[in-house]
Amino acid sequence: MNPFQFTRANTPQAAVSAVSKETGAYFLAGGTNLIDLIKREVVIPERLVDINHLPLATIEETTSGIRIGAMAKNSAVADHELIKKHFPLLSMALNAGASAQLRNMATVGGNMMQRTRCPYFYDHSMPCNKRGPVQSGPSKGQPNGPAGCGAIGGVNRMHAIFGTSEKCIAVHPSDMCIALAALDATVNVTGPKGNRSIPFAEFHRLPGDAPQKDNTLLPGELILSVDVPKNECAKYAHYLKVRDRASYAFALVSVGVAVDMKGKTIQDIRLAMGGVAHKPWRLAEAERYLKGKEATIENFKQAATLAMQGAKGYGENEFKLTLAPNSIIEALQIATQTV
Amino acid sequence: MDNENNAGEPESTGASRRAFLKQSSVLAAFALTPPVAVHAVEKGLDEKVAVAFEQQPLRVEINGVAQQLSVEPRVTLLDLLREQLNLTGTKKGCDHGQCGACTVHVDGQRVNSCLTLALTTEGSKVTTIEGLGSVEKLHPMQEAFIKHDGFQCGYCTPGQIMSAVACINEGHANSPDEVREYMSGNICRCGAYSNIVEAIMEVKSKGGRI
Repeated sequence: MNPFQFTRANTPQAAVSAVSKETGAYFLAGGTNLIDLIKREVVIPERLVDINHLPLATIEETTSGIRIGAMAKNSAVADHELIKKHFPLLSMALNAGASAQLRNMATVGGNMMQRTRCPYFYDHSMPCNKRGPVQSGPSKGQPNGPAGCGAIGGVNRMHAIFGTSEKCIAVHPSDMCIALAALDATVNVTGPKGNRSIPFAEFHRLPGDAPQKDNTLLPGELILSVDVPKNECAKYAHYLKVRDRASYAFALVSVGVAVDMKGKTIQDIRLAMGGVAHKPWRLAEAERYLKGKEATIENFKQAATLAMQGAKGYGENEFKLTLAPNSIIEALQIATQTV
Repeated sequence: MDNENNAGEPESTGASRRAFLKQSSVLAAFALTPPVAVHAVEKGLDEKVAVAFEQQPLRVEINGVAQQLSVEPRVTLLDLLREQLNLTGTKKGCDHGQCGACTVHVDGQRVNSCLTLALTTEGSKVTTIEGLGSVEKLHPMQEAFIKHDGFQCGYCTPGQIMSAVACINEGHANSPDEVREYMSGNICRCGAYSNIVEAIMEVKSKGGRI
């Protein structure tokens, strides 16, 4: 690893101030992605600001739902009684990600901030538009490897089929974020200009012309907590993750479903997909179609067809054009217990 | 960092380090200067001076022994254990959080020590395979691994055992399927998985925290 400075922050304000005052300063939470990125010289930091001692790990009931501290560990959230009771989808999604060791380290805020696992992003001898300039050392300010997108026309089996751009077809790798997107969470942040709240759907962004930006955080902003509002969709929920091995692998396609049913009629439904886009992919059209309808295979098939509108393959990942709708149907069947 | 001053110089980090070192003979007069640095200044070992100054204090308890250490920020817990403390039972497999060979416990929680910066363990209690049992008295999980032949080459074994102990203590060893899921972060290239699951299920069947 390249050398860097290390500061321990005792308050969120101190952390924000330390990261704001120099380019190349990063918050360090669980480190499960950042330390790896530093080892691979994709991130070359000037300074790491350790936020592990900040009092931001509580999980508590509020009047409108549950507030999860940004520093709560993924394992603590997945195993928390309130989460299992009110938002089983979130618990299932978390447990589908990474390994038990990594979930003990990884935080909720860090999970949201993790970078894509696109192999071209990780190899700075290969073209990639997502890697920003070098932040430290002799090459500071220089591009970190050639520009372009190696995945377009390259090895792209894991890559996106929705919301891509000519600059980038990478996917967001998180499982947790698929659940939080489906559950209409809100992200509370603090920064140099004070506090604000960001709807989860607006937190991550599509690549467009600036794939180096994964999200809409402003420089120096720190995630404090995530609010998940109450819903009636706890009873019928499922997180289906399709991957190359049964555990400890990133999703080819994943589907998060949470449904409120009366008899066989769908009252409310939340649907989001992972492994298919640069951000958690909410299936709003399919949700609208299914609301008020019966939980039947025919309706699920029609919802899946609606969800796939606009999907585009890039060669090796074209199998996702079939896998994704099939996964949507299967997840809906399992969640509504109509298999 | 002063961007503009360093912009034209190809070795800007080196330059700032050298500028710092010019002052180090003055700094050496102060009592707080690490002895290593003073010694290195006397010997003209610039690089060693820089390393000594870049180190930060770390207080951590490792296998029940309180340690007062000095480490560089970029040193991982894994490298601290192996290189500085000679605790080579913890293995470096992939060094990228993908194999689990480096699994240790920090405050009772299993973590990948290769992705843990040593400085982030300040004030914590770390347990490695050396702290789990002793040659005279093996830990029940170590005994079970031997009994069930839960390894072949043995390289992943310390990580497997540390992970297995945590798996039971977390309450995630209630069935072979659950063990397989919650042990998926430990890769065994010899393929001793079925025997590892048997070892864990046997220890679990005896009940209680281990």
